[in-house]
Amino acid sequence: MADATTAGRAHAPSRPFRHFMTSATPGQLALALGIAVFLALFLIIPVATVIYVAFTEKGTNTFTLVNFLDFARTDLFIRSFWNSVYVSAMSVVVASVFALPLAYITTRFEFRGAMIIQTLGFLPLIMPPFVGAVAMLLLFGRNGTVNLLLNDWFGFRIPFMEGLNGVIFVQAVHYFPFILINLSAALRNIDRAMEEAAQNLGCSGFRLFRRIVFPLAMPGYVAGASLVFVKVFDDLATPLLLNVKDMLAPQAYLRVTSIGIADPMGYVIAVVLIAMSILAMWVSSRAMRGKDYATVQRGGGGLAKRRMRPWESVLAYAAVLLILLLVLAPHIGLLLLSFATVWSFSPLPDGFTLAHYGRVFGESFLYVKNTLIYATLAGLVDVVLGTAIAYLVLRTRLVGRQWLDWAATAALAIPGVVLGIGYLRTFYGVQLPDGTPLATLWIVIVLALAIRRLPYALRACYAALQQISVSLEEAAENLGATKMRTVRRIVLPLMAGGILAGFVTSFATAAVELSATLMLVQSNADAPLAYGLYVFMQSAAGRGPGAALGVIAVLLVALCTFASHLIIEKSQKAKGAGR
Amino acid sequence: MPRHYAAAAALVGAALFTGVAFAQTGKVTVVTSFSKDVTDPIKQAFEKAHPGLTLDVQNRNTNAGVKYLEETKANNQVDLFWASAPDAFEVLKGKGLLEPYKPKAEGIPDKIGSYPINDPDGFYSGFAASGYGIMWNERYAKANDLPEPKEWQDLAKPVYFDHVSMAAPSRSGTTHLTIETILQGEGWDQGWRTIKEISGNFREITERSFGVPEAVNSGQVGFGIVIDFFAFSSQASGFPVKFVYPTVTTIVPANVAVVANAPNKEGAQAFVDFLVSPAGQEVLLEPSIRRLPINPAVYEKAPADYPNPFKDPSLGARVKFDVNVSEKRSNVVDVLYDQTITFQLDALKAATKAIHDAEAALAKKDDAEARALIKEARDLIAAMPVTEEQASSPEITGAFTGGKQKGARQAELEQQWAAFAKENYAKAQAKAEEALKRLR
Repeated sequence: MADATTAGRAHAPSRPFRHFMTSATPGQLALALGIAVFLALFLIIPVATVIYVAFTEKGTNTFTLVNFLDFARTDLFIRSFWNSVYVSAMSVVVASVFALPLAYITTRFEFRGAMIIQTLGFLPLIMPPFVGAVAMLLLFGRNGTVNLLLNDWFGFRIPFMEGLNGVIFVQAVHYFPFILINLSAALRNIDRAMEEAAQNLGCSGFRLFRRIVFPLAMPGYVAGASLVFVKVFDDLATPLLLNVKDMLAPQAYLRVTSIGIADPMGYVIAVVLIAMSILAMWVSSRAMRGKDYATVQRGGGGLAKRRMRPWESVLAYAAVLLILLLVLAPHIGLLLLSFATVWSFSPLPDGFTLAHYGRVFGESFLYVKNTLIYATLAGLVDVVLGTAIAYLVLRTRLVGRQWLDWAATAALAIPGVVLGIGYLRTFYGVQLPDGTPLATLWIVIVLALAIRRLPYALRACYAALQQISVSLEEAAENLGATKMRTVRRIVLPLMAGGILAGFVTSFATAAVELSATLMLVQSNADAPLAYGLYVFMQSAAGRGPGAALGVIAVLLVALCTFASHLIIEKSQKAKGAGR
Repeated sequence: MPRHYAAAAALVGAALFTGVAFAQTGKVTVVTSFSKDVTDPIKQAFEKAHPGLTLDVQNRNTNAGVKYLEETKANNQVDLFWASAPDAFEVLKGKGLLEPYKPKAEGIPDKIGSYPINDPDGFYSGFAASGYGIMWNERYAKANDLPEPKEWQDLAKPVYFDHVSMAAPSRSGTTHLTIETILQGEGWDQGWRTIKEISGNFREITERSFGVPEAVNSGQVGFGIVIDFFAFSSQASGFPVKFVYPTVTTIVPANVAVVANAPNKEGAQAFVDFLVSPAGQEVLLEPSIRRLPINPAVYEKAPADYPNPFKDPSLGARVKFDVNVSEKRSNVVDVLYDQTITFQLDALKAATKAIHDAEAALAKKDDAEARALIKEARDLIAAMPVTEEQASSPEITGAFTGGKQKGARQAELEQQWAAFAKENYAKAQAKAEEALKRLR
């Protein structure tokens, strides 16, 4: 994308920002068109082949909106709609409660193990399908460890996992890393001078956080919070595993995968989900409008980290440990499950064994290799597209540039199974020279993963670019740099943290994605980890090996995450040293 | 799809793609819903019996498998479809996606219980049998002091309130057959009454078959309505669970079929022959698989307590299961269940609880009016929005087949049925509470 711009033009650096965004260069236009074609080919057309049914009349295939009227007239769908809105909003609140202290403590203070905490705090996002839920139930379910002990000792139970509140609890645990990772990146990017200026004017403590630090980190928080909202709104796995069916995404899934497969209603719900996701993104971008979050001075290594007083550090460690214990409980459960012989109606397993790892050792190698290839490629595609779209939206005035953003974001709302069927429909008829259908190639799985995870990377890149003042680019261009050189030498290095955050999020979540993959995997040799896990989790004897495979998946992604945190940390230090 | 997209997509694919696994001669591709525990031993035995052939197993749940074959039929790469639910095979047969094949095997009877083993038209063949029953967690039952159930009706007793679980029939072909067995065994009206009385005790209704044994195994739910091999294989893995076949149960075959235009037709037929051969049948006895062979002779090699539907007359023989009746109304029965029970479970449970309380009070102090109120409440719960005749009438079944013909829309009917059930459950709860008030 860097070669997109051709000629460097000097822009009148009068009032920054708005005036800087003049009409597009041919290069930018080409870039926008390229992205539009990609999205059309791999997102819009495949999905349209499936959901056009929503707008057709039964029996005649003519255009109609009667199905949407049916939606409004059906109690179940209306109830599901409001349940989804409620659960999504509450999940954002609870997830913020988990994420804010972790992000703040680890970026603002000299805190031992900050990097490990950032990595651990990221893990909940990597909840392998099926086993994650089993582990969670074994710990927090009605007869899980916690409730069995509570009932033995005190004679009562806490309904962690029941009904809508259960969904909120699990979703908040699962998705709070979106806020953590984006907020942390934003906090690191704040100009230290802002904080110092505030302190010089006598501002400190919580007031400093509330009036200066948090508002400046707002783009990161909003990016994370809007992702949590949309993701929870569109997630079907968690509600279904808790047997909550009256929410919108599960309703769409249940219909599309059973008797409603030929019925418009499942696709009507999919359209509603897509519309709501775009609406949520639009609202969040409205909320940010008219405010300038960019800071000029860069490379200061973010906020000054200060030492904590002893009582502060005790408090901070206690808070961090408590939150980590809670959000990592599913993974602790998963680890226990992978070593357990039989674990049934008891606080802890009956016995421990290594046999499950032995069973998966041989075949897991293939799954691990495939997963790494798919998730890495998908992550790379995502950050390239994400950076390009963010740049086009924020730095150019192309007509309809917002639509690129919205189209990419809509991918979040498309049930994986709809995308999977759409891919089969669109690409199965396309034959390669040797007669094999295009849809049977593993690269199609990569594309499906990339499309499904693009919104994550996009939000991270978007927030990163929002924090960079346009005057840095103006300065570069005034000094004679071409647009391409500016992007390469100024914009991209300054965005690096956000891009990496986006890559990690896309990579990690793609590594455990199942719903679209299940439709597209053509042979065991091409299967990723999540598929292998699914195959194990269909039988009683497969529970242990499935958990072992889940642990391997989590470790794998955690290692990659840790490595990228190391890189962020290093680059921050290098910048700080050069100051 | 438009040509130029096709060309562009092909180019992108060709450019990015480096190493393709070309179809080798001797590869047999099978789409199956069976877990690794089932497919691995059979794959091993098959490849041993047929050196040179390899079995490539693609694991998909039954619905996704059917959808997959449908979407890819223009350029089919799959040789076999291999799954439990006979209705999935009926769907595939109806869409012309299967190829008839009569396996070469001797000593296989025509029927198991009252269910024909093979498709009369020869499109699919049974290779193993399974029955439905009740599975429970012994530790859970002991901790909650719950008795062992024997019949479906036992699960409707107040002691089991909030302790039972089942997969939704629309999500699980095997549960669908259980529901249909009860409907055919007890008749439409009485059958639904029983089903709703049991469902009123449900803790949860899961969306996949394996969700039930998983919940029972881990002790989150005490009792589950499951297909037998889930319970047997759980026992074999050491879980503290027990299982019983109720008297009204049907034994149905799990099937295998050759897919139309199979790339390796000979290989596919060899696999079908292997499955029903004595060597293939014996693999079914392995603890991790534990299905009932359809070759009566193989039971001689089975452990002593192995259920034998050919010897034990209580297994499946009592029900006359009519596949045609089941097939015609299968969508309607599933949607009726979902709209009146799955999505109204809270209301149904509240009404059921109120009736249990009122009946407990009635047992202590008789009162004619309260008795009448409770009966009214029970009748309100049992009432169905459609009759047996309507359920298989083309006007109603046509609403669930998608866009082919004009008529009522699925969503309209669903809303009507849901509203009917919701109103009745609210009334039933009110009546039961009134009865309880009189008895206090």
